[in-house]
Amino acid sequence: MSSANSYKNTAAIKASLKKRYARERRFQWYGRIAVMTGFVFLFILLADIVGKGLPAFTQQYIKVTLDLDADRLGVAPDASEAELLRADYLGVIRSSLRDMFPEVTDRKEKRQLYRLISIGAEYDLRDAVVDDPGLIGQKFDKWLLAHAEAASYLKGQVSRDLPEGDRKLKNTQMDWLDSLRDRDRTEGRFNTLFFTEGDSREPELAGIKAALYGSFFTLLVTFLLAFPVGVFAAVYLEEFAPRNRLTDLIEININNLAAVPSIVFGLLGLAVFINFFELPRSAPLVGGVVLSLMTLPTIIITSRAAIQAVPPSIREAALGVGASKLQTVFHHVLPVSMPGILTGSIIGMAQALGESAPLLMIGMVAFIMDVPGGVTDPATVLPVQVFLWADSPERGFTEKTSGAIMVLMGFLIVMNALAIYLRRRFELK
Amino acid sequence: MNSMTVTADGVISSPATARADLDIREHEHVSHYQTIGEPFVDNAKMSARNVNVFYDDKQAIFDVSLDIGGNEVIAMIGPSGCGKSTFLRVLNRMNDIIPICRVQGDISLDGDNIYGSDQDTVLLRARVGMVFQKPNPFPKSIYENVAYGPRIHGLAHSKAEMDEIVETSLRRASLFDEVKDQLDKPGTGLSGGQQQRLCIARAIAVSPEVILMDEPCSALDPIATARIEELIDELKANYTIAIVTHSMQQAARVSERTAYFHLGKLIEVGDTKEIFTMPKHELTENYITGRFG
Repeated sequence: MSSANSYKNTAAIKASLKKRYARERRFQWYGRIAVMTGFVFLFILLADIVGKGLPAFTQQYIKVTLDLDADRLGVAPDASEAELLRADYLGVIRSSLRDMFPEVTDRKEKRQLYRLISIGAEYDLRDAVVDDPGLIGQKFDKWLLAHAEAASYLKGQVSRDLPEGDRKLKNTQMDWLDSLRDRDRTEGRFNTLFFTEGDSREPELAGIKAALYGSFFTLLVTFLLAFPVGVFAAVYLEEFAPRNRLTDLIEININNLAAVPSIVFGLLGLAVFINFFELPRSAPLVGGVVLSLMTLPTIIITSRAAIQAVPPSIREAALGVGASKLQTVFHHVLPVSMPGILTGSIIGMAQALGESAPLLMIGMVAFIMDVPGGVTDPATVLPVQVFLWADSPERGFTEKTSGAIMVLMGFLIVMNALAIYLRRRFELK
Repeated sequence: MNSMTVTADGVISSPATARADLDIREHEHVSHYQTIGEPFVDNAKMSARNVNVFYDDKQAIFDVSLDIGGNEVIAMIGPSGCGKSTFLRVLNRMNDIIPICRVQGDISLDGDNIYGSDQDTVLLRARVGMVFQKPNPFPKSIYENVAYGPRIHGLAHSKAEMDEIVETSLRRASLFDEVKDQLDKPGTGLSGGQQQRLCIARAIAVSPEVILMDEPCSALDPIATARIEELIDELKANYTIAIVTHSMQQAARVSERTAYFHLGKLIEVGDTKEIFTMPKHELTENYITGRFG
């Protein structure tokens, strides 16, 4: 090539350079904008959930001066435990409230006054008295759980500006609450009930313990079924099965199963496990089986990828010193691929933890107050609990919904962190 | 099943083979497959007779007959794709893991056919060990790397016995002094040359009779290579060694006999000195003088 020609080339390349670099810069900016947009939406979502959900972790209490007169309770001073359980605690609470606000005389107003205190307070008081019958006849201050509407006002979620007819809490109730607050008779505490109770009709009494246990039992069943079956299926398909039309067909179907909408698995569970095998409805056992069907393809696919990624040289090394096929797989291939397998499995389990649609189909959407004690007890799970609360009209449940979502996301973060930790740990070896 | 079909010394890369095939037809000597030199020895440890190897319908080895004598070092040389690695792998049935690979002919170890129906690959590979091209220690401790073979074969009955096997093997691989204080460290953390010696220690820990080495120094620097070559020299007192190498100097340095492969055929075999000083076949001569390869 002549020098004139090569000069021309240099000029042409130089001319195009500017355009090429501009294109690259533009592309980088597209990327940055995309990432930023994603972050902004994520931030809005999280801020909204945390903002709404944080109040769910505090609970309002009202200090009431109780006069535990035996006559008022309707029991003898030396009453037996059975009698104490039947005593009129509600009446005591109500009369004590009336004593605190002597100006309330109107029947309707009285009823409004009573509604400041949660119905749970009655049982709380009963338990305290049964525990210590010496309280009878005494006059003492006790913190009683506030009703959800009252708590809402104390947390500053209800404004007086709203027309009175549009809110459940009336102006008189607000006045009483203000006066209680002025007398230091209200207090916000950490909401332990949220973690120690099951669902309830009353927002202030509702907790996620039943849903947590339900999720735990369901995931336990899912893990016990999906992990071994998934890993062994992957090992067999990857290391032992011959490559032929049948295994190709199986592979295609596994990939297809991974894309099946989860509610279809719920229908299958309903038709097969509940209607045909007559397993109990609403039980974590059935939920776990259905979710394991759903996560199996994920576990198989990720496990196969992890096994495939094991360098052939390790297999050769093991076979070269005379290890059998099975020894090669279990001593070398599986340990090396374990981080990948665990990561895939935990991500599959995290999916199962957040799944609600298939569980609706098998009846895990019931109103469950009791904490399930096993895999055959009726139960619900965290995401379904979120669904149920989101559906409830009471204001108190709005914060519960966000609170439960926070707990659910907390578990998801823990599981993903565990996946990362395990991967790092195994990779070091 | 796995991606191993591509590792077999590039035999499968058809375009290159096809092009070289035209070259070889120009040489009249190759029209008959009769190996030049002396492929047979009196004290044969392993012997191959009329071995043909196919990958699917592609033939990689043509009618090769060769003895490997007891306690000798035999080098196999030849241009890429000549089938020397394939031949080596046939000797301890490592090619079994390649589903499309087929072997015809007889190969025996101490007179027993290793492809016989009563032969077990686990036992065979314990007797015929292998060291690979790229150092491939297990991602486990140095100790575990060496102890693994004896453990799965049940060769040690106590911890003390195992310790002894590990130490002896590492000593024989002249690695012990370098690693004795870090036996619990991962074997993958060693340098390339140390890793390869660890692989040799691992191979000799099960006391094989034959050690197959597939280009053991191709991933190493000259200093590490020199260490391995010294090691081979020491090992031949106790083991029969077959080594595939791309380096003719290496073949000349370490081996007693040399076999020259070309396009799947065993062209010439003989004493290393003879092969390198007065090759009989034109192809051998061309290769060792560097005219192609």
